[in-house]
Amino acid sequence: MANSYQVVVCGGIVPDPLQTLEPVAGPAGPALKNEMMLPAVLDPWAGHALYEAAALARKFPGSKVYLVSLAPKAKLQQVMMTIAQRVPLELVALDGPGGGFTDSAETAAALAGAIQGIAGLDRSKLLLFGGWESASRGAGSTMQMVAERLGIVDQFQGVDELQIGEDGSLRILERVEGGQHQVSVCDAPPALLGWATGNLGEPANNAQVGMQNMRTIMPSLQKAKPTQLKSGIAFASVALPKLQRETRIVKDASVDEIAKEIADWAAAE
Amino acid sequence: MATTTSLKRPSEFISTLPGDDVRHIMWRFADRMDLQMVLQSARAVARGAVARLVANGGRNTHDWTAQKNELLAEFDASGITSLFMTPEQGGYIEGPKNLALALVAYELAWVDAGAATGSLAGFLALGPIHERGTDEQRSYYMSRCIPAQPGEDRVTWRGAFCLTEPIPYVGVETGLLNGKVRVAEWEDGKEPIIEVDKRGRFITNMGFANFVTAAVDSGDPRIKGSCMVILEETDPGIYDRGTPTRKLVHQLSSTCDPIFKLQVPASRIIGGYTVKDGVIIPTYSHGEIIEAVFRRTRVTVGIMTSAKLLSAIEPLIRYQRDRFRGSGAVQPGSPRYELGLQQKQDAIHRLVGVWATGEASASLGFTAARMFDDLDPLEKEKDRVLAARGVGGGTAAFKALRKVQKDAVEYLKLSRERESRRDAARLAALEADPLVKFSLLDALANVFCPACKLWNTGHGANTMREAVSLMGGYGITEDCPGFLGHKWMDAQLEATYEGPEAVQRRQLSVTMVNEVFLAQYRIWISELRDIAARKPGTGACALATAMQMWLWTAEHLQVSKDADGDVLYHSNRQGVTFPLADALCWLLAARSFILDVLELEAKGPENPVVAEGLPGTMQFFTDLCHVQTARAAGEVGRICAELVFGYNRHPAWDDPDYKGCYRTDELISLESLIPGLASVAVDVVDADGSHPTKAGPCAGAAGLDQFTKLRTKLDSCMTGSALAKERAAEAVTKIMIPAALDYPA
Ligand SMILES: Cc1cc2nc3c(=O)[nH]c(=O)nc-3n(C[C@H](O)[C@H](O)[C@H](O)COP(=O)(O)OP(=O)(O)OC[C@H]3O[C@@H](n4cnc5c(N)ncnc54)[C@H](O)[C@@H]3O)c2cc1C
Repeated sequence: MANSYQVVVCGGIVPDPLQTLEPVAGPAGPALKNEMMLPAVLDPWAGHALYEAAALARKFPGSKVYLVSLAPKAKLQQVMMTIAQRVPLELVALDGPGGGFTDSAETAAALAGAIQGIAGLDRSKLLLFGGWESASRGAGSTMQMVAERLGIVDQFQGVDELQIGEDGSLRILERVEGGQHQVSVCDAPPALLGWATGNLGEPANNAQVGMQNMRTIMPSLQKAKPTQLKSGIAFASVALPKLQRETRIVKDASVDEIAKEIADWAAAE
Repeated sequence: MATTTSLKRPSEFISTLPGDDVRHIMWRFADRMDLQMVLQSARAVARGAVARLVANGGRNTHDWTAQKNELLAEFDASGITSLFMTPEQGGYIEGPKNLALALVAYELAWVDAGAATGSLAGFLALGPIHERGTDEQRSYYMSRCIPAQPGEDRVTWRGAFCLTEPIPYVGVETGLLNGKVRVAEWEDGKEPIIEVDKRGRFITNMGFANFVTAAVDSGDPRIKGSCMVILEETDPGIYDRGTPTRKLVHQLSSTCDPIFKLQVPASRIIGGYTVKDGVIIPTYSHGEIIEAVFRRTRVTVGIMTSAKLLSAIEPLIRYQRDRFRGSGAVQPGSPRYELGLQQKQDAIHRLVGVWATGEASASLGFTAARMFDDLDPLEKEKDRVLAARGVGGGTAAFKALRKVQKDAVEYLKLSRERESRRDAARLAALEADPLVKFSLLDALANVFCPACKLWNTGHGANTMREAVSLMGGYGITEDCPGFLGHKWMDAQLEATYEGPEAVQRRQLSVTMVNEVFLAQYRIWISELRDIAARKPGTGACALATAMQMWLWTAEHLQVSKDADGDVLYHSNRQGVTFPLADALCWLLAARSFILDVLELEAKGPENPVVAEGLPGTMQFFTDLCHVQTARAAGEVGRICAELVFGYNRHPAWDDPDYKGCYRTDELISLESLIPGLASVAVDVVDADGSHPTKAGPCAGAAGLDQFTKLRTKLDSCMTGSALAKERAAEAVTKIMIPAALDYPA
């Protein structure tokens, strides 16, 4: 298996999910209260894509992982202090709005433009990865449009697994209705894989990897292209999903007991 | 930036809890990506594996369990273990690492200080080798302590530092060594074999340490003085880890009372040795080594308690706000529902007090850590220069540096003189002198290290109790979010190990009256006035007055005697020197906090994340500074007044000559000379000896006018500080906090 890949992962950042998220009306449309000041994390769906990309790159020496990210530069830098320690990557940063209240078509155009600008990109090795949706706005439309703009027609969404065959073909498991997976085989790159959760845990931080990555990440952040998104979208109303939290503190419950309680609850709903 | 003292209600409030970007600026590592990453690594371990272990009851035993042992692998994988080493030794950070270690300690102690201690005790064990070891010792042990890389088949070595001995030997008094080293074999022309006989008490990491750096005294005329020796678990003899200490605190570290009786080559003496007239002369005594080690590691311990205070803020706010939610009787939208306990002024005022203390102690600690990062290269340069001049170590170096201290004071004086009047060439020469640079910073480090260890942990432990009390009964349960009860108890260990408070006060008694320190301190007073003029509201002016009062008192005590004619400022008179040391710590902490807040004001606008809410953040921090300086000024005023007046004898009614009061007959005759005197004189004794109902004639303040004026001034300098507290308290009711704590409880 002499193949190697260029895996381009598109990943934005979102406020840390533990934070209090409160929609407010900003001068340029809806926003989250204090969003700039809230700690951010890599969008969890994109995170799965990134960790899968890193695992693939480890398996196929000579492969390379790029992370293309459109986000406010200062916040992206903050997130990179963690992400850079987890997987070897090269960052392509775009300095622009990263919240959930942007037009996915505009975001896709900016990301596609940045990917086209990556020097030495070889379509025969190109795997475009991203989340099948985003934690800030689960529209699930951005990656599809990025791929279209790049002329990548083999597209898979809700991916949980990618295996590379002996012949270099891609065997992909996509989520479909009813808890099932659909198996597809794609001859060769380029292809788009919009990841669901994948199968990998979050890699542990590794300071050595971080120090290595920082050599390229900092220059990339410094020259991040300022990116304005045209506001071609209007929001009629914005609200948090209704949630009901019923917290009980139970110590020493077994996994089986917890699972049973969740299943009973789901059945009753 | 509009932060004013006249403001009753600010228009801007701090929006969110201060994030990483704010801390990067305040604690001055905004340009250090390596440190920012280290911090994130340590945080992931702390709020992940460590928090889960605590939440699952891992602290309920003092035994070293398999679950606790797993933390070591977490430390290794995250880069914490190799942080101490240089890149050549297998580490990944260049240069001094005091700030880096402080940040790791901060993050780990945010969740559990025992975990922080466990990780740092390894560095403490390596400390003697790092500071004073030979090149071979350094590279041998450092490389073994680097975690094995994937594919490498070797054990990662871990160390313990063994100084403290069973009672009645080494504790605070580090000179009372019972551990002995003797010559076991010494064949002609060969390396001597020495036998080390040492018992330890409360030794951290001992449950698993592969090697120990042990302090011992000579028990043999063929060895001179004391030294530290490296012992390995495979050395011939007894390497008994001993029984685990039945401790109540820091349960995620391993502590035992070990016993060693081992034969090792003399090359294990840390720093090496020479042989003169058939006697082994260790290069360094154990005292010299531990001083070099502790002066760095104690700062890190101080930071642990700061982290705990600041970690208490979020759980406390959440508890206060949520206190009455969920009851049908308290409707959403009602003040009781929305604000909960934050409706009550005392609850939020005390919370502000905890927060201000946490900030000031963190500022003091990180200032000290950075100081040592700056000092490390200067110290090496100093050693190089002295060696080049043929000045040896010990007393010779001490004498040479005494002379440099004069140059350092001269430099400070010249640098403050008007340009047109001063000797520019002399100033330039002094400025370029590495010894002067060293002397200036060394004098500060000698004060900041013990001050941070003493105040952060001692006053920190008291304040942690306050934090616990704000949680009500929940505070002292295992379920308390943020583990506040554990943190309170743990703080007492931070105040104890690596030298209890008495040790720090004793060191301060000497270093705080050093002329090079005091010369810099005097400059700070006028700098604080400048700050106050430029930016009223931080309490900088009150702080300057309090510093003046401390200085006046320190100078007064050094030249004054008590009522019996005994010297006041003396190493044996801890009743004088120790409280004065305490007072200084309050001042240094408040000053460090103000300087960090000014840094935020200056650099915040450059960072869009910080810039967004900067006016509100600045208003809040400015008010917190004011709260803290007022508290510091109050403490200093009280301590200084007690010291200045407390050693004078109170006048008594039966003093011979009725000193301090009038007799009635005397007053009658004086009235004819000074009409009206009789109506104002209060201390009058009648012919029958009766007198007003009080202890004696009022004590005067002869010779102390300046002090009483300062005291009055200081009291009035508190003006506005309570208003600042009210503003800060209001901000605390408005600040946005996350929906849930980011680590399990
Ligand atoms: C959990 C834990 C871990 C530890 N880890 C280590 C370790 O890894 N390695 C190690 O070597 N040691 C370790 N220690 C020991 C620790 O450093 C000592 O306990 C500490 O230095 C105090 O010594 P002591 O307990 O003998 O107190 P003592 O010396 O008995 O002092 C008790 C008190 O007496 C007063 N006092 C004593 N001397 C004076 C004086 N000169 N002037 C004024 N007051 C005085 C002070 O109030 C002092 O707090 C650890 C201790 C604990 C509890």
